[in-house]
Amino acid sequence: MIKEKEWWPRLKTRLLFTGPTLFAFLTVMIVPFIYGIYLTFTNWDGIATTHTLVGFENYGKVFQDKVFWKSFGLTLKYVLFTVILVNSVAFLLAFGLTRGLKGQNIFRAGFFVPNLVGGIVLGLIWQFIFSNVLVFVGEKTGIPLFSTSWLADPQKAFWALVIVTIWQYAGYMMVIYIAGLMSVPNDVLEAASIDGANGWTKLRTMTLPLMVPSFIVCIFLTLQRGFMVYDVNLSLTKGGPFKSTEMVSMHVYEKAFLSRDYGLGQAEALVLFLLVAVITLLQVYFGKKMEVEA
Amino acid sequence: MDTARRGLAGVWLKTIGLTLVLLLFVFPFVFLLINSFKANTAITSNPLSLPQSLDWTNYRNAFEKMNYTASFINSLTVTILGVALISLFAAMTAHYFVRNQTKFNQYTFMIMVAAMIIPFQAIMIPLVKIYGTLGMLDNKWALIYMYLGFGSPLAVFIYHGFVKGVPAELEEAALIDGCTRTQTFFRIVFPVLTPTTATISILNVLWIWNDFLLPSLILVSPQNRTLPLSTFSFYGTYSVEYGPLMAGLVLTILPVMLVYLFAQRYIIQGVMQGSIK
Repeated sequence: MIKEKEWWPRLKTRLLFTGPTLFAFLTVMIVPFIYGIYLTFTNWDGIATTHTLVGFENYGKVFQDKVFWKSFGLTLKYVLFTVILVNSVAFLLAFGLTRGLKGQNIFRAGFFVPNLVGGIVLGLIWQFIFSNVLVFVGEKTGIPLFSTSWLADPQKAFWALVIVTIWQYAGYMMVIYIAGLMSVPNDVLEAASIDGANGWTKLRTMTLPLMVPSFIVCIFLTLQRGFMVYDVNLSLTKGGPFKSTEMVSMHVYEKAFLSRDYGLGQAEALVLFLLVAVITLLQVYFGKKMEVEA
Repeated sequence: MDTARRGLAGVWLKTIGLTLVLLLFVFPFVFLLINSFKANTAITSNPLSLPQSLDWTNYRNAFEKMNYTASFINSLTVTILGVALISLFAAMTAHYFVRNQTKFNQYTFMIMVAAMIIPFQAIMIPLVKIYGTLGMLDNKWALIYMYLGFGSPLAVFIYHGFVKGVPAELEEAALIDGCTRTQTFFRIVFPVLTPTTATISILNVLWIWNDFLLPSLILVSPQNRTLPLSTFSFYGTYSVEYGPLMAGLVLTILPVMLVYLFAQRYIIQGVMQGSIK
């Protein structure tokens, strides 16, 4: 590559090409991230102009905040079920829609629709369905499962949240799995057929191992989104009834912005970040080990 | 013959199964639509019944209470400018990084990629504090700037992979013919990258148009609200009145659905491409 000979034109090019991105990246992500680490060592309440350093006090409080750990445990449970269910549904849909079925493009387009709509709106739609439509159906048909609103019962409200999440993300992950399924070379599968392998054997020994990269991406995405769930949580259940569905992201928000305990809120956010980072990196690391070449 | 018949039956079973799942995916929107034309009493007494007539009262109410025109314009401004800035600047940065592989550039690139695992929740509190102190909250231009910051790592990462596929000879030829670096980028490189730009724009439009948490922290006054914000505040104020709420939700969804109707193939392709890299 030919470069400018003199330093001034060279610097000008560098600033023009990388300046805006790097400046925004630094000031929006890196500086706040580092400043956030500093904030965890203070007792700032969000209003006062001064704050004092309190050392590790906030981290000590994180471990005593029972509500935080309760919502963290709940989030783990939610992540476990959504990761498994979203990916199973998505893979099944993708598997059904990659073998030349008539109208498969209409199906693909249809399953993707919830991803066009933001979590807030999806939550509001389903809130209406759970508290009106299903209750109405329950009253008319006498099915006890639907006779009272799911959102009024702590256990059922949790499952309502899981169902909406599956509905929200299955189509998106399906698209990624379709890309993965289409990248499995046909000649490999044909060779296996000639050797006498049946559909199930081909799926287990050829298709699935070759699709490990898609699984890595989808599980990574569902893990991340699951841990950070906020808007569906807010608009579907508002964390209720009685804070029984308050996921950790909502808890951090409440701690900081509503209880005005920014230092503690930020410390909890960082603890969450570290745990999520470790879990997702481990997942990607072990996933990569399972990758094979066609 | 036997296997062929079994195959045909399988196709039918699968089509029926998938149709049922598709209905499950679509029915929430159908309920939304039919109830948006009904009076409040009709909704609560029977949410499954069809509307008596096409009554637009709910829509008129929602349109007014949501301050729809203003919110729509805010959403449009933020999304278009945010996406344009991310695509343009990220492409330039990725191009510069690929063509100037110094240690410094490589490390900067690595930091950007690594930063992608930082969730927004770990940044939001200090972000509000810093930009609040600077007096930059409640300002949609600040919001657009933040989208550039949050969106550029992924965009630079995706562009980086594709710029490597652009032959350097192409650029060298242009440079020898007397183009400056900037001209080379805009005349040769950026046009070649159009499919990647489409992918990145689609991913970012879906994200920014529907984003709630960041705008809810940045934009305070009602006249600055984007569509998801005004939908939510509308719900908070009129939660008992289901009719206008349903109409408001339809109004929020409508623009994206219309775009999807025409660009559906490209959107799904864009998501596919974005995930492979």
